[in-house]
Amino acid sequence: MVMHIVDRRLNPGSKSLENRQRFLRRAKALVQGAVKKSSQDRDIKDVLEGGEVTIPLDGMDEPRFRREGGTRDMVLPGNKKFVEGDWLQRPNQSGAKGSGAGEGDSEDAFRFVLSREEFVDLFLDDLELPDLAKRKLAETESEGIRRAGYATSGSPANISISRTVSRALARRVALRRPRKDEVEALEAELAECDDETRRRELLAQLEALKAKVKRIPFIDPIDIRYRRFETVPKPVAQAVMFCLMDVSGSMSEHMKDLAKRFYMLLYVFLKRRYKHVEIVFIRHTDRAEEVDEDTFFHGPASGGTLVSSALVAMHDIVRTRFRPADWNIYAAQASDGDNMTSDSGVTGHLLTDKILPVCQFFAYLEVGEAANYTFDMPDSSLWTLYERLRNEGQPLSMRKVSERGEIFPVFQDLFKRRTSQERV
Amino acid sequence: MGSSGELLFDGADWDFQTLQRIHDACEEVARKELGLDVYPNQIEVITAEQMLDAYSSVGMPLFYKHWSFGKQFAFQEASYRKGLMGLAYEIVINSSPCISYLMEENTATMQTLVIAHAAFGHNHFFKNNYLFKQWTDAEGILDYLEFAKGYIAVCEDRHGRETVERTLDAAHALMSHGVDRYPGKKTLDLRAEEKRAGERRQHEEAVFNDLWRTVPNTKAKSKATLTAERRRALLGLPQENILYFLEKTAPRLQGWQRELIRIVRHIAQYFYPQGQTKVMNEGTATYVHYRIMSRLHQQGRITDGNFLEFLQSHTNVVFQPEFDDRRYSGFNPYALGFAMMQDIERIVKTPEDEDRAWFPDIAGKGDVEGVLREIWSNYRDESFINQFLSPALIRRFRMFHLHDDPAESQGIKVDAIHDERGYRRVRRELARQYDVGFVDANIEVVDVDLDGDRRLMLRHTTVKGAQLNETDTRRVLQHLADLWSYDVALTELDGTDKVLKEYVVSPRAAAVAA
Repeated sequence: MVMHIVDRRLNPGSKSLENRQRFLRRAKALVQGAVKKSSQDRDIKDVLEGGEVTIPLDGMDEPRFRREGGTRDMVLPGNKKFVEGDWLQRPNQSGAKGSGAGEGDSEDAFRFVLSREEFVDLFLDDLELPDLAKRKLAETESEGIRRAGYATSGSPANISISRTVSRALARRVALRRPRKDEVEALEAELAECDDETRRRELLAQLEALKAKVKRIPFIDPIDIRYRRFETVPKPVAQAVMFCLMDVSGSMSEHMKDLAKRFYMLLYVFLKRRYKHVEIVFIRHTDRAEEVDEDTFFHGPASGGTLVSSALVAMHDIVRTRFRPADWNIYAAQASDGDNMTSDSGVTGHLLTDKILPVCQFFAYLEVGEAANYTFDMPDSSLWTLYERLRNEGQPLSMRKVSERGEIFPVFQDLFKRRTSQERV
Repeated sequence: MGSSGELLFDGADWDFQTLQRIHDACEEVARKELGLDVYPNQIEVITAEQMLDAYSSVGMPLFYKHWSFGKQFAFQEASYRKGLMGLAYEIVINSSPCISYLMEENTATMQTLVIAHAAFGHNHFFKNNYLFKQWTDAEGILDYLEFAKGYIAVCEDRHGRETVERTLDAAHALMSHGVDRYPGKKTLDLRAEEKRAGERRQHEEAVFNDLWRTVPNTKAKSKATLTAERRRALLGLPQENILYFLEKTAPRLQGWQRELIRIVRHIAQYFYPQGQTKVMNEGTATYVHYRIMSRLHQQGRITDGNFLEFLQSHTNVVFQPEFDDRRYSGFNPYALGFAMMQDIERIVKTPEDEDRAWFPDIAGKGDVEGVLREIWSNYRDESFINQFLSPALIRRFRMFHLHDDPAESQGIKVDAIHDERGYRRVRRELARQYDVGFVDANIEVVDVDLDGDRRLMLRHTTVKGAQLNETDTRRVLQHLADLWSYDVALTELDGTDKVLKEYVVSPRAAAVAA
């Protein structure tokens, strides 16, 4: 009988992809919750790595009529010592359940692995980033060039040889320019020919051919084509994110945690838009220094508070390492709002003259203790200063946060508000 | 046999020529020695990832899209990645040609095993067992699935994915009660089915006339004349195929929704025989691969080393942990099925006096293959065990029967063991475990209150006091009510018609049937 072997290995894989997406869409709320929960325990950069999440199966169940309880009869293998009429102790309840009804119960929680893209999509989904993303892209353009077909004029350096030669060939064929071997064949025949009339005939032919060759050039100026380029707006593919934080004694762990969450969101967002994102951590008391992430969040520090020091440090770093023409610059500052009164003037000038003009976006996040409600917080010295600047028309975004749960709404709000402001 | 003595392969590597050689060698043994009658074979080589894909669409090569398969896929992928679960060596599909999926990772020995097991063992069983003949249409299934997939995709475009999903969710919940358990007058022809569905749709479109909508309805006939008896007869009640009943009589379903229910119902019916023949099906396939592999080894076509490799995986497959073993999770259908087939071989060839007394029809008959083929064709698990589980095998497995009555304070009673008094009782109880009549809850549609609020009435006749799980039942009834569009009531009765529990569920506001 005929047997067929089919090699399916090269068939497009992931036939289940669509079903998987449907499942994720259906479980969206649950998965989103799980994603947020799992992202709380992670470092900023790890957020992007995807990974395993656990969701409860509410609403994802597939109910069936199934029975439980009642008298049960079962036949088992492996009797060693029982005889008919023996009585066995009932195993405790949990054990008894496993062998009988079980199935539906074992699936109560459900673990599975999300890919990196799925994870980030879900993580940012309710931030309504798409609008924002377009806007950002439009803002961050610079000029680039790209190939755009061929032109009849241009610089000699841009001659497209292959295109020119192929056009010349087409023209020669179309105009029937005699080929070299045709001429050679005639010449050979002429050399061997003894018949006088035939010789004359051949000579005339040869003359005609040679004249034609002369008339029709091998390459004509009309054949020449130049590669054409046009300039296109091109997004700058790299961004730097400055994290500025007050680490003076008045900043509690809770406040730092709030700041960290905010930075994390900003990082994830930037990472989605730009190929390459650098992070610079600047912490300050009454002096500022650039540190690594771990020191930034956990390193001990003490001293007074001088916000301008951080701004000076940021400005220096921008000047030396991140040319605004090549980099999209984002900055987020977190502080409890304390600042030396004498520093206000310097801070204001630095911001208005040096920092804000080079930044795509500058956010100020005032973090408070958990117990305080944001609207109860009296306006701090820094808040008052920034508010004044904003009222003067500076592109500054600012929010107060005191609870973990507020970070997401605030983040979303910040970006939304900014776009609406600009529309006005 | 012409080519005997020549090695089919050496070592673990194989290519497509090897597969062809293996198939031909297996076929020779299968046909000439075992007398198997199979559908043409199609062997498809797939990767582990594709195997996972196949798992989540119930093993079928194509299937409609639904989130529940995605859920299953995510679940299986997670446990596979963690190493909790190995993948099957093969998947075989009851279709003509019979498609066997082989994993590319398998060694040549494993491929031989799998070809013998699936392409000949299962294949023969699919083609010859009466349940499969009666309930499935191997020629038409792939075309029908293609149609179902396309139809559901079109419905999603026309009516929105959410609506379609809701209907499918509801139909899936009732899938276990969407099969005909007794053969009716018609044989199944899925190709004609597909054509009819198309024609129905075309006819509806052709005769559509918006004018009809404006014609005032004629007055309904007086319903008083319709006695309850006659009404039930007209509706075909009682009806245990709930999906069929909905498809035919649910008052407010759209045409396409009825078609979706029909699709789910047909697919449930297609898989219905598989659930009833696990032991026999795997037993047959395992017995066939064992016979074929042993013969190939005997002929010198498989090296001793490769044969040992085969024996090792064979032993794993037919391993039966004892009840107090941590690995125990019920009878292993491969173990029980294979043991029974071998036992029958023994009874036919070299019976003892006990076997002659128990199995006068087959003991010492001599024609092992003939007897087995006859059994493979005409039994399902329940009747097979009831008929052919021998005392010798009950002793070998040391089977015993436990009776657990929650009302009994002394504990669980050992009702029968592997002794003279117990053989028949053990055998009867084990057979009952495989009886679909006992495995699925006995739920029927009994009446519709056509004069009143159109409430659909169902009845669950409990067996041995086992009632339905309340949470799940409410959810399933919710789906049912959404399809029916009016209230649904379910009554649980015991053997003496005493009411144990009553459920009433109303359809949700955003019901499936608009």
